[in-house]
Amino acid sequence: MAQLIKNQAIALDPWTSLALADGETPETVALPVGQVIFPFAVWQSRRAEILARGTPVGVLLEPADPIEDLAADVDQLALIAVNFPKFVDGRGYSIASLLRQRYGYSGELRAVGDVLHDQLFFMQRVGFDAFALKDGKDAEYALKTAFAPFSETYQVSTSQPQPFFRRRA
Amino acid sequence: MYKYDAIDRQLIAQRVEQFRDQVRRWKAGELSDDEFRPLRLQNGLYVQRHAPMFRIAVPYAMLNTAQLRKLAHVARQYDRGYGHFTTRHNLQLNWPKIEDVPDILAELADVEMHAIQTSGNCLRNITTDQFAGVAADEVIDPRPLAEILRQWTTFHPEFAFLPRKFKIAISGTREDRAVTWFHDIGLHLQQQGGETGFRVLVGGGLGRTPIRGQVVREFLPWQHILTYCEAILRVYNRAGRRDNAYKARIKILVQALGVEEFSKQVEAEWAHLKDGPATLTQAEFDRVAAHFTAPAYNAAAADDAGFRQHLADNTAFARWVERCTHPHRVAGYRAVTLSLKQHGVAPGDITSEQMETVADLADHFSFGELRISHEQNIILADVQEAHLYTLWLTAKGAGLATPNVGLLTSIICCPGGDFCDLANAKSIPIANAIQARFDDLDYLFDIGEIDLNISGCMNACGHHHVGHIGVLGVDKNDAEFYQVTLGGRQGNEARLGKVIGPSFAADEMPDVVDKIIKVYIDNRHEDERFLDTFDRIGIDPFKNRVYEGRAHGKAKAAEKEAA
Repeated sequence: MAQLIKNQAIALDPWTSLALADGETPETVALPVGQVIFPFAVWQSRRAEILARGTPVGVLLEPADPIEDLAADVDQLALIAVNFPKFVDGRGYSIASLLRQRYGYSGELRAVGDVLHDQLFFMQRVGFDAFALKDGKDAEYALKTAFAPFSETYQVSTSQPQPFFRRRA
Repeated sequence: MYKYDAIDRQLIAQRVEQFRDQVRRWKAGELSDDEFRPLRLQNGLYVQRHAPMFRIAVPYAMLNTAQLRKLAHVARQYDRGYGHFTTRHNLQLNWPKIEDVPDILAELADVEMHAIQTSGNCLRNITTDQFAGVAADEVIDPRPLAEILRQWTTFHPEFAFLPRKFKIAISGTREDRAVTWFHDIGLHLQQQGGETGFRVLVGGGLGRTPIRGQVVREFLPWQHILTYCEAILRVYNRAGRRDNAYKARIKILVQALGVEEFSKQVEAEWAHLKDGPATLTQAEFDRVAAHFTAPAYNAAAADDAGFRQHLADNTAFARWVERCTHPHRVAGYRAVTLSLKQHGVAPGDITSEQMETVADLADHFSFGELRISHEQNIILADVQEAHLYTLWLTAKGAGLATPNVGLLTSIICCPGGDFCDLANAKSIPIANAIQARFDDLDYLFDIGEIDLNISGCMNACGHHHVGHIGVLGVDKNDAEFYQVTLGGRQGNEARLGKVIGPSFAADEMPDVVDKIIKVYIDNRHEDERFLDTFDRIGIDPFKNRVYEGRAHGKAKAAEKEAA
């Protein structure tokens, strides 16, 4: 079980995730009750039905999912999870940048999957605010050291919209 | 050159502590080997054949003498007293201990040096022309924008885990000396209608699939360089292949989409970023450019009588001046190349003692600064002609004045199978054997300008594809063989060499090169360089001579086995 880091603390996770079992399809899978993170394909095919439930909605994006198709819906979502199938797969960083900077998404943006200590700094900068740290990793130590190894950053990012050269004394 | 401010310094100091903690966690088993690998690579640390290899960045080729003395110290203290300059403005140490690397990084940070992103699938060191700022054919000094790009690449949060490595080269001269046509992004600084900007090339690269870059934008005003690079990188980061490391470079994506579609996607992405906060300001350009002002040249340097006299009196000196000094924009000054291609020494290698000698020379004669070239030599960029003779005597005594720059034995060569895990074959012994065969200086000068480049595998660190003669180490049934290409070249007309035919065994290589040279000598017109003759007569005469009446490659191996 991953450990959730949110708001600079270890947090309990009120969400459950729906995963399709063998033989289940996005069109026919039973929707569990409560606060659920739906795979993007389920969200796409059952959007109206999911919204009609009246509970907060989460969507899980895989790196290759066409996030442009989610642009118009971001205000409907309380949580977007972005999966890192391997920590060296960096597509999720661009997805987060686009969701925050271009599509104006302001809900919880959660990194899930192969989420490790040494990537948390980058993830936070592109706009993630929740991190499902991989099981077996030291969440206390991550909280203490992983989010601010550097005291300044050069580039424009979600967490710092002005480049350092415009802020340089 | 650029001096770090307090924040620049703080960031590399924090990088040292970050890496120290990563090494500690790896040793404690908190980081697996797989988890640690990209972290150490992004600090220049490979695990190699005999020991770790550690790659230190020399951003856009500039060094001051305090930095070079520090490199000498680090090589002596933590390694075996020498280092190796690569084709991409780095210094490699071949024998450090992993446990020592945080301490080495701390020493380097003292002189504003680091190993940030010198390896790994990330934005690598920015490279440029070794004569930047002094070249007679320079249009715009690329160094301020190279430094601005260096800062932009450093710990970029979105592009730390790209599909594959990503290399940017920038050139501001009429004749390209930065191999820009074979980089992931190649930038040509130019003026258009009174405005400064870039021609932007994307998708070049050597390696396993050598491809010449293509123009995605003819002119981009300089203020937009960061947002435009962001757009290119974002398209690549999202769409570049991650299923096959051999097809993951941006060049494969550009080929797959076609340059028009790729450019369209980049322009669409850029439309969102253009004129945003990452647009460069004149104030920032001026701040950085102020670090690259011309030194206090001696106005009376031109036409030195002593220099003319030494040229007339001393043939060896005159030869060195001809091969190893280059035109300078200021009258009475030259840029000097100190050749790291002494015959019999691994090309690009330099001892700690030599580094200290070079530092002394640079302090005395070149305003305390120097550069390294992608040809793996050292450049003192601002030497008064009146000082050349004294400089030459010292350099000669230190083995740094072989007058072979631009000639056959000034070989570009990767570390090859002697050191590198990726190599299929050794490269240094081939270079040394060819140098031994062509040890006669008169003959070397008679042959004239020719680039011979050797790589120990298809990853092409020795740039073999763009050598006039290229040599590629290949593995055939666990034996080392060498494939030869002819006619490759760097520069504005950069192109790939053509394979001459089946590959050769190591001990055949000096003969093969000898025959290629003889075909040139037999066929050349007056004043024709090797490349001119090759372009005129084509590859066949070379092929015929090299393979005439002899078994080669596999056939020869089979003969040997039978005997």
